[in-house]
Amino acid sequence: MIKFRSLSKSARTGITSYSIILLAFAILFPLQNLGIINHSISGQLVPICTYIVMALSLNLTVGFLGELSLGHAGFVSVGAFTGVIAASSLQDKVSPDPLRLVIAIIIGGIFAGIVGLLIGIPVLRLRGDYLAIVTLAFGEIIKNIINCLYVGVDNKGLHFSMTDIKSLGMENGRVILNGPQGAVGIEQIASFTAGIILILFTLFVILNLVNSKAGRAVMAIRDNRIAAESVGISITKYKLTAFITSAVLAGMAGALYAMNYSTIAAKKFDFNTSILILVFVVLGGMGNIVGTIISTVILYMLPELLREFSDYRMLIYAIILILVMLVTNNDRIKLIRANASAAIMSWLRKAMSRTKNQPKGKEDAHNG
Amino acid sequence: MDRMVPYPSNSIVPERDVDKRPVLETHHLGIDFGGLTAVDDFSITVGRSEIAGLIGPNGAGKTTVFNLLTNVYQPTRGDIILDGVSTSRKTTAQINKMGIARTFQNIRLFANMSVMDNVKIGMHNSINQNLLSAFTHGFGYRRSEKASRDEAMELLEFFNMEDVAGAEAGALPYGAQRRLEIARALATHPKIILLDEPAAGMNPSETAELMENIRRIRDNFNIAVMLIEHDMNLVMNICEGICVLDHGKVIAKGSPDEIKSDAKVIEAYLGKKKEADNNA
Amino acid sequence: MTFVSNLINGISLGSVYAIIALGYTMVYGIAKMLNFAHGDVIMVGAYASYCTMIYLNWHPLLSILFSIVVCTILGVVIEAFAYKPLRRAGSLAVLITAIGVSYLLQNAALLIWGSTPKIFTSVVNIKPLSLFGGKLTITAESIVTVAACVLIMIGLTLFTQKTKMGKAMRAVSEDKDAAELMGVNVNTTISTTFAIGSALAAVAGVLLCSAYPTLVPTTGSMPGIKAFTAAVFGGIGSIPGTMLGGILLGIIEIFSKSYISTSLSDAIVFAVLIIVLLVKPTGILGKKVTEKV
Repeated sequence: MIKFRSLSKSARTGITSYSIILLAFAILFPLQNLGIINHSISGQLVPICTYIVMALSLNLTVGFLGELSLGHAGFVSVGAFTGVIAASSLQDKVSPDPLRLVIAIIIGGIFAGIVGLLIGIPVLRLRGDYLAIVTLAFGEIIKNIINCLYVGVDNKGLHFSMTDIKSLGMENGRVILNGPQGAVGIEQIASFTAGIILILFTLFVILNLVNSKAGRAVMAIRDNRIAAESVGISITKYKLTAFITSAVLAGMAGALYAMNYSTIAAKKFDFNTSILILVFVVLGGMGNIVGTIISTVILYMLPELLREFSDYRMLIYAIILILVMLVTNNDRIKLIRANASAAIMSWLRKAMSRTKNQPKGKEDAHNG
Repeated sequence: MDRMVPYPSNSIVPERDVDKRPVLETHHLGIDFGGLTAVDDFSITVGRSEIAGLIGPNGAGKTTVFNLLTNVYQPTRGDIILDGVSTSRKTTAQINKMGIARTFQNIRLFANMSVMDNVKIGMHNSINQNLLSAFTHGFGYRRSEKASRDEAMELLEFFNMEDVAGAEAGALPYGAQRRLEIARALATHPKIILLDEPAAGMNPSETAELMENIRRIRDNFNIAVMLIEHDMNLVMNICEGICVLDHGKVIAKGSPDEIKSDAKVIEAYLGKKKEADNNA
Repeated sequence: MTFVSNLINGISLGSVYAIIALGYTMVYGIAKMLNFAHGDVIMVGAYASYCTMIYLNWHPLLSILFSIVVCTILGVVIEAFAYKPLRRAGSLAVLITAIGVSYLLQNAALLIWGSTPKIFTSVVNIKPLSLFGGKLTITAESIVTVAACVLIMIGLTLFTQKTKMGKAMRAVSEDKDAAELMGVNVNTTISTTFAIGSALAAVAGVLLCSAYPTLVPTTGSMPGIKAFTAAVFGGIGSIPGTMLGGILLGIIEIFSKSYISTSLSDAIVFAVLIIVLLVKPTGILGKKVTEKV
């Protein structure tokens, strides 16, 4: 058998991340079905899965492509609402729930991808903070437009309006999207299993991409744009590839997320949600797949775990966030940590050698 | 015709290359930065298997010429003809596909990636792998990855770097980073490779090895080499044609011997004789 | 006449954006960071002024002064505890910390003042100006806001051009390390920048709430984001550019509200921003930066 340590870094990442997800599923799925874990946690399983996918997909843009996006929730939103519209309009035509869910997720992914393409073409020409601010703007525009959108379905098909429900002109149809109130009367067909499958799919796509010609080109652009161009890499093509892949995955997550609730409004996917996902990615480590999964779970559960502090929990969350950033990024604190761990290691080594050849160790101690 | 090494000449290069189409020609190339002319009327011709040198005092515009040739800067005037085809309105990436590869004065490696990956990235346009196989790792993924790994390894062996294939590029010693940058440029299958100060920061034994490598590159890959260098020993030893740039203008072209005795070149490097006398 | 009145409202709202945006621009220029907590400093400023006016019956002017002092101290404290330790860290780390500070301020405000909106009483007790026989009314708030904005812009320009500290600021924004070698105390300069930016935020908070009197813990975030886009719009790092960006953004917002659609006005504002950045990637008055190869 091949030793784990001798494997390449990417192979290790793959094995670790797949096993974490499968293990979590193997433990949580029976517990959930037997009703052992309490309701509040069980209700969080689908959202956690979808947030993991959102964070992993954002990591593709921020960590692997190296472009700061502040509008990721916009893609999630597009996926969520197109997914809901697809599922609702197919309610009577496609009867098995899982199949309808899959169709909704795929539709959500496709539309988010199209929006990603439309946004990506102009936006990816910009650099750094300017790109960040434009993605932010696009996120807000998407939210704003969905807020004004009315969609209904009757036996003639889908009806769209930007003004109100009446102007949909339906006869005994069903309203799917009701402007600022968002999507209403969603069938809650999302499941934990679907969430796990979506995560596995996301891992498959991202890990494959990273270990391919296209993935190397993306990372080359991140590391040194000018050098990447000089070896014949088309910047626009690969930036778009990464950006659209990220959007598609976010849209799929959005569709699944929406199917977990009976109603969902566009303001759920605002700037703050984009930031929340970004925090997961940055704390998990840019370009770090396993780290992103772990940080998403911890940070998503943190407010739940802090529930006993009731009103103070978000305050504590904020303080923890600041402290973690300070501890992980300050040079002096890093140095103290490094020194401490070096001291512990050398002490351990000394202790080890002392137990191994005692007489010599004693002599050393005398000399010292 | 405006040859890098004027024909007829006593140099061996034109004899070898003169009947073939030159790999690179520039006609009256120039660029202005906000009213300031950085390079002007730059016209040269480089033979198919020539080792050419571009020298000149600091700030003469040598790197700017490389940036013009690779369209990192867009020329204000003039034409660049690569193997008979104009490169105007082509992007840096397209120009590389047409056959110009380069290294950079301040090394630009993909520092967070492995040495092997750096070379593989250089082979980007010759690896036969589409997006479908990238996402699924099927449809010929393994075949294309193996082919690229083998070719990258060959290139690394050429530079005696096969042992560090798995190391992080940014962690390599300086000399090895320079070699890796050349290997990456060669991986793009160029017709001409531009080396921007390849010997900068190297000790004499490393420089000697570099000189040997440059000759081997020309002979093995059968391509032209054009280099910017301040080390006159290196330039005079390996370059067959030399172009001297001062204040953005070509002041002399010719074989090493012709350049060594050119009055204008001596003036550009040492200052005017009159001034020198006055100072003394 | 509605056109003129819309224009005046737009300029007035734009002036508030401009004052906020100046805080972003100065901090961005010098510390090269997006200070996402800036919007929440505005909110704190507004609450400080509200409390002193309502509970302590202070004169509005005194309450503004108090609010300026509170915000200045807050800005300097935030910089010292949250941003200074990260001076050498990556820009994303600082960004996330700023987001953490923003959460902290919002949730602290939520604990102290609750989520019920407070109705802010205007700090300007002057009657509106009536022109053309009542056809056009200009609120005193508008006049005061625009005047404050102009004064601040002139003051800041003079400060950065003429004073020693202002010159130090410009030096640090050009090249931090070189400035330090020339004897500029970078830490003091950055602290001062935060102090000035936060003082401006206090003024902006009071003016914003005088015109739009609903005060909640998230009052500052949306104007904060918009002001930041305004700064980018006009050319971040440049004082006149930022000013111009803020005022244009205000005008576009008011006009799209009254002529196109109230609910889509934000989308239109952001769409204009995107178009401007695509045409001129560094903003209207921004400088073009080329990468040296």
